[in-house]
Amino acid sequence: MSADFLYGIEVILNGLMAGVLYALVALGFVLIFKASGIFNYAQGVMALFAALTLVGIMEGQVPFAHMINAIFGTEIHHFGWHVPALLAIFLTLCVMVAFAWAVQKFVFRHLVGQEPIILFMATIGLAYFLEGMGDLMWGSDIKTLKVGLPQGGSRWIEDMTSGLGGDDFYGFFIDKLDMVATVVAAILVMSLIAFAQYSKQGRAMRAVADDHQAALSVGISLNFIWVLVWSLAGLVALVAGVMWGAKSGVQFSLSLIALKALPVLMLGGFTSIPGAIVGGLIIGVGEKLFEYTIGGMIGGATENWFAYVLALIFLVFRPQGLFGEKIIERV
Amino acid sequence: MKDSYVTPDGRTIGGVLMDMRGITLRFGGVEAIKDISFDIREGEIRAIIGPNGAGKSSMLNVISGFYHPQEGEVWFRGAKRPTMRPYDVARQGIARTFQNIALFEGMSVLDNVMCGRLTHMKTGIFSQALWHGAAQREEVENREAVERIIDFLEIQAIRKTPVGRLPYGLKKRVELARALAAEPKLLLLDEPMAGMNVEEKEDMSRFILDVNDEFGTTIALIEHDMGVVMDLSDRVVVMDYGRKIGDGTPDEVRGNQEVIDAYLGVAHD
Repeated sequence: MSADFLYGIEVILNGLMAGVLYALVALGFVLIFKASGIFNYAQGVMALFAALTLVGIMEGQVPFAHMINAIFGTEIHHFGWHVPALLAIFLTLCVMVAFAWAVQKFVFRHLVGQEPIILFMATIGLAYFLEGMGDLMWGSDIKTLKVGLPQGGSRWIEDMTSGLGGDDFYGFFIDKLDMVATVVAAILVMSLIAFAQYSKQGRAMRAVADDHQAALSVGISLNFIWVLVWSLAGLVALVAGVMWGAKSGVQFSLSLIALKALPVLMLGGFTSIPGAIVGGLIIGVGEKLFEYTIGGMIGGATENWFAYVLALIFLVFRPQGLFGEKIIERV
Repeated sequence: MKDSYVTPDGRTIGGVLMDMRGITLRFGGVEAIKDISFDIREGEIRAIIGPNGAGKSSMLNVISGFYHPQEGEVWFRGAKRPTMRPYDVARQGIARTFQNIALFEGMSVLDNVMCGRLTHMKTGIFSQALWHGAAQREEVENREAVERIIDFLEIQAIRKTPVGRLPYGLKKRVELARALAAEPKLLLLDEPMAGMNVEEKEDMSRFILDVNDEFGTTIALIEHDMGVVMDLSDRVVVMDYGRKIGDGTPDEVRGNQEVIDAYLGVAHD
């Protein structure tokens, strides 16, 4: 096998792994959009907030430390303990569920039946509120997230594959963190699908996504389902936040990963869970392959825009996305 | 009226199940329902009829908790019902269908009917998420109940078909199946025969009678096709412009001058 071919495979593998993470973020959007018709602009900030909270809890940071110190003239920053990663993840999840409940109770409950654009504006407000809240609670410095995930390239895979392509090929470079992220994301996605497909609450979730009135008539509380989908979106945000945070540090630019999910959604369709997965994989592989093959000829850095151009092309030819419901206007 | 009696065809009609007392419903300045009282007895088929815009659907929406009347009281099983959300009404054992069919179009017939069983499934979210013993048992039990109803309504052949692909008449039947799956104490049917051809209407009439006969389900239905209603129901309420203009057996109602006027129109001199 030629070295070029093997490098191509390596690019595809890396693309697939990046794609799974995109799919994970996109999934958070799809869950909420399907069940309530809300396009949740705050999804990225939720990932940031979850990561900040996780670090804060693990490091034993005092929430609102700056505010407390400013008001009372104290000098407290840390409780002085460290919480083990698993417990901290569980506590963060509780915070995200509480957040989901609060969002439903104080914001969207009062906006039932409003125009989609108003719901969208509310999520923009929510995004900035949450970003400010994260800043206020945990401070704005860049934090490192140490939950015990492996870092760096896998030597083992490199050694195992180095003999495949002759002298020009040095073996596959696969990041260990990417591999872990892929496995975790894949498990999460599959369990979410199984939950939606087979459990009682999942069936109720799908029912609400389909028809609110009919769902009410069979005894489903819309409020409960909405809190549930926001909680699930919070869970997805937490996982995405941990993976991206472990990769590049927990900083406020983390909320921008939401923007990467937009082309994925356009490709896969806003209402389709399989669409989010396939869309994520296509974008992940597409942008890596494009950079590898054509990027060099046109000056590189194509990863910044390739996904959006692909999404634009899709919008022209298939506005409902690969798996989205076709919009048929009956007259 | 006695507490319970036997109809000529041998069914036992019990005491009062639902009692509507002085219901008035307004939308802004418009009075959709004006001070209407009537009752529904256990085991009977009770029809609400009237010309278009008479307020029949509004009345059904009041019973099922989608609308809340400004005045009047709703009594269910001997107790006054507080203002309730529709899903709480459903959990009390009142199931309904809709005039314009409200099914879960993207889901299969089986899943749709299973949704009707949600009020019977009690296991919590954690048990469901882990899919351990109790959750699994519950699924199997409810699945059996659903299969019985699917058999009963003769829709076995389309069990796995997405509802969106079904023709209108079958959708109406699936909707009936979903309501029936809840094993309701009171079944509300909003124009079950609207838009059907003669053959489909006969099928639906047969199913309604069978449901009442087999399960003893109390049924309240809305129709504006007089012929069908008269054959089907034990007692009929007639509405016109939000008022009640007649109440009684089909024969009594048929002879009521006000009802005849409402349906045939009356010459204004």
